[in-house]
Amino acid sequence: MIRALLLILVLATPAFAVQPDEVLDDPALETRARELSKGLRCLVCRNESIDESNADLARDLRLLVRERLVAGDTDAEALAFITDRYGEYVLLSPPATGSTLILWLAGPAMLVAAGGLAAVYLRRRGRTADRDDPLDPSEEARLRELLRD
Amino acid sequence: MITEFGHFALILALVMALAQTVLPLVGAQKGWGNWMAAAEPAATAQLVFLVFAFAALTWGFVASDFSLRLVTLNSHTDKPLLYKITGVWGNHEGSLLLWCVILALYAAMAAWFGGNLTPSLRARVLGVQGAVSVAFLSFLIFTSNPFLRLASPPLNGEDLNPLLQDPGLAFHPPFLYLGYVGLSMSFSFAVAALIEGRVDAAWGRWVRPWTLAAWLFLTVGIALGSWWAYYELGWGGFWFWDPVENASFMPWLIAAALLHSAIVVEKREALKNWTILLAILAFGFSLIGAFIVRSGVLTSVHAFANDPERGVYLLIITGVFMGGALTLYAARAGSMQAKGVFGLASRETALIANNVLLAVAAFVVFVGTVWPLVAELVWDRKLSVGPPFFNAAFTPFMVALAAILPIGAMMPWKRARMGRVMQPLWGVLALSVALGGFVWVVQTGGAMLAPVAAVLASWLILGALAELWTRTRRADGIGGQLRRLRNLPRADWGKAVAHAGFGVTLFGIGAMTAWTVEDIRVAKIGEPFEVAGYTVELRDVRRAAGPNYTATRAAIAIGRDGRQVALLHPEKRVYPVARMPTTEAAIDGGITRDLYVVIGDPQDGGGWAVRTFVKPFANWIWAGAIVMALGGVLSLSDRRHRVAAGARSARRTTVPAE
Repeated sequence: MIRALLLILVLATPAFAVQPDEVLDDPALETRARELSKGLRCLVCRNESIDESNADLARDLRLLVRERLVAGDTDAEALAFITDRYGEYVLLSPPATGSTLILWLAGPAMLVAAGGLAAVYLRRRGRTADRDDPLDPSEEARLRELLRD
Repeated sequence: MITEFGHFALILALVMALAQTVLPLVGAQKGWGNWMAAAEPAATAQLVFLVFAFAALTWGFVASDFSLRLVTLNSHTDKPLLYKITGVWGNHEGSLLLWCVILALYAAMAAWFGGNLTPSLRARVLGVQGAVSVAFLSFLIFTSNPFLRLASPPLNGEDLNPLLQDPGLAFHPPFLYLGYVGLSMSFSFAVAALIEGRVDAAWGRWVRPWTLAAWLFLTVGIALGSWWAYYELGWGGFWFWDPVENASFMPWLIAAALLHSAIVVEKREALKNWTILLAILAFGFSLIGAFIVRSGVLTSVHAFANDPERGVYLLIITGVFMGGALTLYAARAGSMQAKGVFGLASRETALIANNVLLAVAAFVVFVGTVWPLVAELVWDRKLSVGPPFFNAAFTPFMVALAAILPIGAMMPWKRARMGRVMQPLWGVLALSVALGGFVWVVQTGGAMLAPVAAVLASWLILGALAELWTRTRRADGIGGQLRRLRNLPRADWGKAVAHAGFGVTLFGIGAMTAWTVEDIRVAKIGEPFEVAGYTVELRDVRRAAGPNYTATRAAIAIGRDGRQVALLHPEKRVYPVARMPTTEAAIDGGITRDLYVVIGDPQDGGGWAVRTFVKPFANWIWAGAIVMALGGVLSLSDRRHRVAAGARSARRTTVPAE
């Protein structure tokens, strides 16, 4: 039991991400801080934002975001401050610049392409709309068999 | 000894899978009936051997046989029996064995119930299915053998990851695998049809029940996983756009598209090429999913080096099956003749739009998932693609899908008159918009998320009702209509129910995301505080001991208007063997809201950190998924599908003895 209690002390990582002592007094600032936190990656975790993460590094980043906001930074300035230090890896939504533009445009481009293909297909179908081949006898027999159920 | 028998059975299963691949495929090519007929006993034997192997491994876990390496790494004598059993698939090797068992189960089902398929098609389907089995069984035996022994067994095991010690592990992976692996049937049917060079209405009818089954299992599996994450991870999210989640979501989207396009093949003999391609891709995404989950390549590029053998092997499996199938597709697809003709305004067109949206949505998820890897390999840019990207890039497709769905569902085949289609829908639309306006007023302006979700949900649910209503309306009054509603084919009910379920889920997501109220504070025992109209009071905090963990257990009373609504017991646990803490949120679920509390650390000045959420309509997210799956079950139980998948008696009389 004593060993288990010791372990609790050793392993006492925060049970949840944002700790009460981090919360800012100004609710508007706190809301902005939470929104920003949701878009920042915890660098030592598997795909978690700092808003969700229990890691110490995530806590440091959360405090840093709040510090910048209290110092009067706009959201963009606070983000720039953090990406300058941690690189764009920290952003969960990569900015649509350079090669990342491809990522953002992939969906819309594919939609246009698929929509275009579908439109071509539909037009071709429409043109042959009245040519309906009759079934040959073997197909007739097959159809009868299938429909018997 | 049982372990060695299990090991041996596993190897025999591989031999059977080889027989199931080679004999029927050669037999079908040469027209040798007795070779083709070998498929059924081979598939049955493979299943029997695999079930035995699985049972042997389970015995190893239940009996805590620590001479088995896998048991040592993932079990402990103190672990409750349930988790000893579920721990069998709570690790790479065991879950892969489960995957193989399910693969063999599907093949055996096709062998037993495929009596009404033409003998050559049936032989080829089983042959292709056998080839998939060969690939995975050899992967299992040569890179991830669950039956390896330890030369000097330890006294006790290292325990299962505590996050997995949850009833969720009992259901989530089996359902997910039933879905993933079920798509191998659609794949086998597609490849067999390409080899045969024939795709017709009958093929569409045969492939649909298998796809439907896979899709509905996948739906349940994903919903269970999402719910599990919601209550286990302790901060109330339900979907994280994690690569591993995306790996299950992509096949789901493609399977949903396939489900709809197979209807067009069955009813109208059009879209054959596209349907075949979707069937190949659906399983392809399952394989890619397996690769992503198993190799760890996408959580971190460097994790690949940890286990290059497994990752490379899975990549080869994916490459061989996709490359082979797509090459065959390129060679043969041109010979598929489309028959059905239809006008621009028709259900066919609507289903094409459905397919375009679902397929492009899956593509967006795919690109977003692999982008970090691509960016690093090509531009040497280390970047992250997370929830903000997916929410922005994926959501519009679902909104568009929901917007066109009731109209498409109402359209007749071949040629529709838009005026007639829309006539019963105008009322639905007006009601939905009014409801959205009402929601907007109630939340006193602000973000449009919840109002839009409300409009779409009501549009989908009422639209499904309107469709049932219009389909059964005649001049003879309400009695006749009720009779016709009762007699409506189950597939039609299934369609309406599944579409309504989609609406329920959309509303749950929108409402919960928009209206969640969160409170984080230091709570002192006996000092109540207010959260969103509820009074929350920390009553006490105690130590408690579980079978293989110790816990800090709080009692938190939640009241409203002076009455107690719930007494919740959130926990913080520490698992000494695995040396890992977990949080157990306590949730009071309800139709209109979940109350969700998490207990944190004791604070220096006294009191405990407490996190409280009020999450409106959270349960609707999973309830909607269950309703969707229920629609799938209804549809699957339709007589037409049972006949297609099951009735061999009908065919037995007409097939000459082999």
